[in-house]
Amino acid sequence: MQLVLLRLFLWGKILRQLGLTKKNLGEKETRPHLLEFCEGSGNLSDEFDPKIIGYLCNWCCYAGADLAGVSRIQYPHNIRIIRIMCSSRIEPSIIIEMFIQGIDGIFIGGCHPGDCHYIEGNYHTENRIEMTKKLLERVGLNPERLRLEWVSASESNRFAKVMKEMSQKIKELGPNPVSGNSPNLKILEQLIIARNAADDFRLRLLSGKAYILTEKGNVYNKKIEEERLKDTLEEIMDEELLRQRILSSLLKKAQSVKEIALDINCPSKSVLEHLVVLRDRGLVGLEKIEGSSPIYNYTQK
Amino acid sequence: MPLLGMYSRAPLREGGGGIATEEAKVIGEQAQVGEPMHKKAGAVLIIGGGISGMQSALDLADSGFKVYVLDKSPSIGGAMAQLDKTFPTNDCAMCIMAPKLVETGRHHNIKLITNADLEGVEGEAGNFKVTVAKRPRYVDESKCTGCGICTQRCPIEVADEYNKGLKRRKAIHIKYPQSVPPVHCIDQDICIGCGVCETQCEAEAIRYSQEAERIEIEVGSIILSPGFEEFDILSKRKEYGYGKFPNVISSLEMERMLSATGPFNGLVLRPSDGEIPKSVAFIQCVGSRDRTAGNPYCSSVCCMFAIKEAVIAQEHAPGLKATIFFMDMRAFGKEFDDYYIRAEEEHGIRFVKNNRISGVNEDKNSNNLILTYIDEGELKEEKFELVVLSVGMNAPKTAKDLGSKLEVELNEFDFCKTGVLSPLKTTREGVYASGAFISPKDIPDTVAQASGAASVASCIIASERDTLVEVKEYPEEKDFSGQESRIGVFICHCGINIGGVVKVPEVVDYAKTLPNVVYAEDNLYTCSQDTQQKIKSMIEEHDLNRVVVASCTPRTHEPLFQNTVREAGVNPYFFEMANIRDQCSWVHMHEPEAATQKAKDLVRMAISKASLLEPLSKVALPIEQSGLIIGGGISGMIAALDLAMQGFESHIVEKESELGGNLRHLHYMLTGENLQEFLKETIDKVKSNDKIFVHTNAEIKNIEGCVGDFKTTISKNGEEMEIKHGVVIVATGGMSYDPKEYLFGQDERIITQLDFERMLANKEAKAKTVVMIQCVGSRTSERTYCSRVCCSEAVKNALKMKELNPDATIFILYKDMRTYGFREIFYEEAAKKGIIFIRYYDDSPPVVEVQDNVLKVSVPDRFLGETIDIDPDLLVLSTATIPSQDNERIAKMLKVPLSKDGFFLEAHMKLRPVDFATEGIFLCGLAHSPKFLEECISQAKGTVSRAATILSKKFFEANAVISVVDESKCRGCGECVEVCEFGAPELVEDENGILHSKINEALCKGCGACAASCCNNAIITKHFKNEQIMTMIDSALKGGEAKEEFEPFILAFCCNWCSYAGADLAGVSRFQYPPNIRIIRVMCSGRIAPSFILDAFHKGVDGVLVAGCHIGDCHYISGNENAEVRVKNVKELMGMLGIDERRTRLEWISASEGKRFAEVMTEFVNDIKELGPNPMNPIEQPTKPQKESIECPQ
Repeated sequence: MQLVLLRLFLWGKILRQLGLTKKNLGEKETRPHLLEFCEGSGNLSDEFDPKIIGYLCNWCCYAGADLAGVSRIQYPHNIRIIRIMCSSRIEPSIIIEMFIQGIDGIFIGGCHPGDCHYIEGNYHTENRIEMTKKLLERVGLNPERLRLEWVSASESNRFAKVMKEMSQKIKELGPNPVSGNSPNLKILEQLIIARNAADDFRLRLLSGKAYILTEKGNVYNKKIEEERLKDTLEEIMDEELLRQRILSSLLKKAQSVKEIALDINCPSKSVLEHLVVLRDRGLVGLEKIEGSSPIYNYTQK
Repeated sequence: MPLLGMYSRAPLREGGGGIATEEAKVIGEQAQVGEPMHKKAGAVLIIGGGISGMQSALDLADSGFKVYVLDKSPSIGGAMAQLDKTFPTNDCAMCIMAPKLVETGRHHNIKLITNADLEGVEGEAGNFKVTVAKRPRYVDESKCTGCGICTQRCPIEVADEYNKGLKRRKAIHIKYPQSVPPVHCIDQDICIGCGVCETQCEAEAIRYSQEAERIEIEVGSIILSPGFEEFDILSKRKEYGYGKFPNVISSLEMERMLSATGPFNGLVLRPSDGEIPKSVAFIQCVGSRDRTAGNPYCSSVCCMFAIKEAVIAQEHAPGLKATIFFMDMRAFGKEFDDYYIRAEEEHGIRFVKNNRISGVNEDKNSNNLILTYIDEGELKEEKFELVVLSVGMNAPKTAKDLGSKLEVELNEFDFCKTGVLSPLKTTREGVYASGAFISPKDIPDTVAQASGAASVASCIIASERDTLVEVKEYPEEKDFSGQESRIGVFICHCGINIGGVVKVPEVVDYAKTLPNVVYAEDNLYTCSQDTQQKIKSMIEEHDLNRVVVASCTPRTHEPLFQNTVREAGVNPYFFEMANIRDQCSWVHMHEPEAATQKAKDLVRMAISKASLLEPLSKVALPIEQSGLIIGGGISGMIAALDLAMQGFESHIVEKESELGGNLRHLHYMLTGENLQEFLKETIDKVKSNDKIFVHTNAEIKNIEGCVGDFKTTISKNGEEMEIKHGVVIVATGGMSYDPKEYLFGQDERIITQLDFERMLANKEAKAKTVVMIQCVGSRTSERTYCSRVCCSEAVKNALKMKELNPDATIFILYKDMRTYGFREIFYEEAAKKGIIFIRYYDDSPPVVEVQDNVLKVSVPDRFLGETIDIDPDLLVLSTATIPSQDNERIAKMLKVPLSKDGFFLEAHMKLRPVDFATEGIFLCGLAHSPKFLEECISQAKGTVSRAATILSKKFFEANAVISVVDESKCRGCGECVEVCEFGAPELVEDENGILHSKINEALCKGCGACAASCCNNAIITKHFKNEQIMTMIDSALKGGEAKEEFEPFILAFCCNWCSYAGADLAGVSRFQYPPNIRIIRVMCSGRIAPSFILDAFHKGVDGVLVAGCHIGDCHYISGNENAEVRVKNVKELMGMLGIDERRTRLEWISASEGKRFAEVMTEFVNDIKELGPNPMNPIEQPTKPQKESIECPQ
């Protein structure tokens, strides 16, 4: 229990350091599962003992894990399994949120392509996880901490093998840089930025529609080339990340374009371009003009 | 031809794209199998819906023709929609254009075919069959409300072309907020087809299955007005670093930056770092006057465009310094030079002459730009934080395609080929052109041409007038009698024009608390088409019976809103406006608190009047379907001939013994036309036309009456005769200035350009050395304007001289060579042929001497740094064109204004170049300002088009605002008969033998002078009733908290035509004055009854201003004289009541005296401050004065 409180205390401190308030972050900062996980699995020894969470679909992977149990197949203890009905339930912002809260690795298990109980849920999962990995990579967290596998109800051996591999991999990678009592605030801020970007309607929409658009055809009954969609998605991802970086920078204090650019290490020209968009969205306002510099601030919509 | 009639009733928009077109196709087929066609089609196709296309469309639609407007883009509006402000008045482009946009969009005789291309044209003049391919928008035009929810949810972004890439737009988008039609469009090139817009659209307007449609239409003639394309700097002029250096932008990008609706909400920012630049350089002639880039011509508008942007940029960013680098400043239009002078002297803009900047370098660290230029003979280098390239105009990209499909010829630069003598005609019969497609030009010239094109396009189908049009039907008017007032209030942000100063939401909240207000909201632009829809739906939803709009001035926007409420079944006179922009936010820019308070007061005053409004109906006056043309020069004759072709008779009144005017002195053109032959032909045509009556040696003695019903007395060879006519076209022409400079008249070798032209035409010019001096009498301190034609005329005559005598040496001494448009090519040719051009400066003009019978001209050349001495055989002076001497007399008779230069002053410099503010009177040619022959012809044709909008109807709907007599109160004293200048009241006996007054509705102009003079308040001036004015006075005082310091509260009664317009101009010009004043608009200062003023003092006002037109200028002839008498009486009474008479002030302020208005206000407020509070303030003086005694001062 003390650990939980410490963690919560630290969390608040971090948020304050980042100039964030709970309101800004939306409703997702508390995940009961995680808190309990933190409480239940304190590191007893000095050796790094990875905390891995597994989201397994009810119909294949979860059944596979059960079978591993029935068959008494042994695998490392690091994973805590949460049952979900379909792997497609997991959205990118949930994954990033878990990393924000300090988890070392995340495993998503679903049915093999074509076997989905909900027909094509796992195709959506595939697109989303791919997008999440790209986001993680862009904000400086090793995407290998996230793993997606198709495990059928009969593949108990495979489940155990994947678990072993995953545990090994995370051990190699070491603890999540934002976990523990002295998290890497830079990466933490970036993760929050990534989480907010992943929550942006453009990314949610396109990652959700990607499968239909490329495989089934769009509203004009035309299939979008995978490459084109991928490019579009990456472009949007970069744009939204940059916009979130600008917002994050403005959250700390009202600034001019030049100052923001310096803060987020990005050309002023792009900052100005995206500031125009954010202003149109009502997220940024002109606070005042200082000399020849317009100073912008973050305005709650 | 009933078939087309049926088609015209198959609405393209309302019925939804697909269905309507199917019908159209069926009907098209029927037309083919039906009888062969004998008659022409009474419809016109206009290709290009910019300002030119809209003007043509409105003129044609208002004179009985069906109009189709084809635009390749999803919205009409063209290039003007992208502009922030317009020169030389600094009017907000969108403000003046929006009413036209809205009108075009909803005119029942105009069908918009947007997002469409021309496919093919068959047939001949009078009977064209046109095929149009309409690209799918994927949005149902009949269902989309333009709400914009879809764009918010669309995930795909792309650079916004409308904002020149400085902003983003979505795949589903609308071109600009005020777009007409207000229908979204999906950009197929970038849409990935996710389908989210369909899920978001409440109106169910998304149609992914929409396909391209082919529409067939039948028209009698075609007008081409596709506009222009920007010069391609990126690929053709790389040395300016455009696209490479972030802080090099084009002039249109600058325009978007300056716009309140632009990317930075009106701030000018460096794209590289978002800082406000401290120094901005404008580089002129980028892609103009540049043969290597393929554009040897001048783009005509960029000089003024740059000055305007520089002025506005400095206004938006204090501390910003603008510099303009140019070769010649081509400020050749009406009052452009004044603007240029003001920019330099008042705004401190730096002008660096004689410079074509050849390239731009960048300082990598600061992204500042380095320009190299020559100043005073020295090579200089200077850094600027922002560089604006004044980009030239190219022919539209569609020009070649249009040319080949329509089989019309283009010139070598792909602009439309037209002739000097038929400036609007293409090479194909029945196909006409206007606007920038003929040659680069500015908005007023474009609008005049557009009207002209409408005239020529309708001349050939004049017999089909009214065959295809529908009569606009309004829903039945709702009867609100006996009902309580239910007022809806709409308050406009006008971008940041109002919202940037006045706290609009606060005003909205305040309005909601006022009695009878059941609904109030704010709008970004209340004048936009979507808001019009909103107003209509709010009238329905809240059962409103009165509407108040608080926005700009009723002078420009009242008709628009009145029509809107009428469309919702509400009588248009149940509408009232509060002017919180021109008379509030713009004039109190630095006092947001006080401005907000004033806005609240103005809104409250309007609401109080609104609740007392009554429904009115218009009187239809019969129209005398003929015109009077004053002046028998080429403009007048062309107007008469076009009127005749339109089927209307006209009378030309010419003071001289022969027709022809100034054209008699012009002989040839470089393009080969024989002008004297043309003149002779025109005169013959005029004389032989049985619809034209020519009165030479005739003088106008008197003009009375009004639109539709003028009576003019002329004296012809000593005999007087009366002409009845419906419209007046003023074509009084101009004169050549008789120079006093340069020893003119003292030596026969010193001649004018016109003399020289005659000598050249007669091959008499034998001189070896010729010197021409430009700007003789133009652009001087006495006459600041440019005479526009002299530079080109000088080049013309110089080239002719070279042709006759190749060995001649010719010097042209000039200030700026203003050979705009394609005339530049002759200038270039002249330079190539060795004609020597030397620029002279105002402080060192050429010196002309005659020594020992040798003519000597010496001029300092700053470029070479030495004085050049020439001994010419001939000195030719390019003399100014000055206004006709008759202008003043005619202006007085017509009650129309003159400009400060003595030319006639049109209704609006930009959008109404050939109209006067007074209905039914038009102007063209040199009466308007100096101009070329082809421009005179275009304008003359333009006046005909405008006149046809009146003459084509049997009845003219007169104003509903008139006075009526309450017979039960009338004592028959006859005071009203005395006071009325129009003879409207008459004393009649009723059946009981009692004498009382009766007002003739047709004659009444609604000034209200009679009501003010009536001793028993028996005359009611509708819409300006005593109660309505009194309640405004009353409510004006009800706002605001007491302040610690004395702040005078002043009421101003301003006449609609001069002082109110002057107050608006103060706003437009942003002349600041104290916010202590509340203006009540009346039609005439003569309306102000003494009781209004005394009542105001009685209620506690600290000062009252009565402002009217200058004596002699009164729109109602002598209303202001009545006002003068009444104010004098009031002052006497005030003395008796113990009020300082200085608290009442009478001022004459004209529509052009914005500055003066602000000065008078400031002065008056200061005077009242000295006098202290009104001693009659009811709080201090509870006893009421005797009211009866002050109501009738006589």
